[in-house]
Amino acid sequence: MSLLHTINKSPFERNALQSCLRLAEDGHAVLLIEDAVVAALDGTEHAETIKNATGRLSVYVLGPDLDARGLPKDRIIDGIEVVDYDRFVALTCEHDSVQSWL
Amino acid sequence: MSEEGVVKKLMYVNRKAPYGTIYALESLEVVLIGAAFDQQVSLAFVDDGVYQLARNQSTDGIGMKNFSPTYAALGDYDVRDIYVERESLEARGLTVEDLMPLTYEDEDDDWAEKESLRVVDSKELAALMSEQDIVLSF
Amino acid sequence: MPLEVNGKNYETDEEGYLANIQEWEPDLANAMAEADGAALGENHWEVINFLREYYEEYQIAPAVRVLTKAIGKKLGKDKGNSKYLYELFPYGPAKQACKYAGLPKPTGCV
Repeated sequence: MSLLHTINKSPFERNALQSCLRLAEDGHAVLLIEDAVVAALDGTEHAETIKNATGRLSVYVLGPDLDARGLPKDRIIDGIEVVDYDRFVALTCEHDSVQSWL
Repeated sequence: MSEEGVVKKLMYVNRKAPYGTIYALESLEVVLIGAAFDQQVSLAFVDDGVYQLARNQSTDGIGMKNFSPTYAALGDYDVRDIYVERESLEARGLTVEDLMPLTYEDEDDDWAEKESLRVVDSKELAALMSEQDIVLSF
Repeated sequence: MPLEVNGKNYETDEEGYLANIQEWEPDLANAMAEADGAALGENHWEVINFLREYYEEYQIAPAVRVLTKAIGKKLGKDKGNSKYLYELFPYGPAKQACKYAGLPKPTGCV
């Protein structure tokens, strides 16, 4: 089964991202949305954890949520792909199911 | 009220990122309303709250109101003490350069523009918090 | 209740504030004032234009106290007092002038 995991909480506030990365299987996709987009920025305390995950998981971040928070796209961790809403929909369709971590 | 006329020290502590939850906007609105009551108001930005002050916020793509320009009006409301915790910035790979400049105009000094925003470490912030009469948490 | 000005309908809330700030035009302010039995002069427009600039920059309508101080700084001390502003806008400077300027009702305004 190919799964798309969506995370909408900041890793500084909740451990949804940490749990997701622990439990997602190789080849799954992870999409950071809403407050979780702060995890995509390089140089944070959580950057290493996410960098380690980009090798075995496809990691995406929602561009409009980055823009809203003023987070610069040129400081996103290498290996994370910035996507728009259309691509969000496409990702949802491409995967067998979506697991939404709250 | 029995204590009418007594100026109290009031600190709003902001710990949530904007837009994902309503806390940041609610706090800002309460600060603006409360500013009418002539208390000594300060704001602290801690944990994910530091993201509220990020420069270049643009919400067109998410269909929400960008309320970040309103922080620059705080000086007009006599809110002149805005503290950002250094440790929270560092944990997020941010520096003061990533934040909006916040200033006030000093009426008693020929309207000179002065900095409102100060980056303080946890120890300084702890001391500031403990000298407050009231701390409101958002 | 919609407000009709120059053959165009504008959506307003139950207190008469314009629903969509982007739709504002000067004739709308004149029509709102006329409905209140007033006519807008140069002094009114100074305040209305100031409010629109303030909103454009800060995304809020300023509280009366803030408005008074800022007007005093910009237009002179003889205008930066509540007596002057209340004479121009007897229903309350922030409330009435904001309405004419097409802004939402100021936060914390009673």
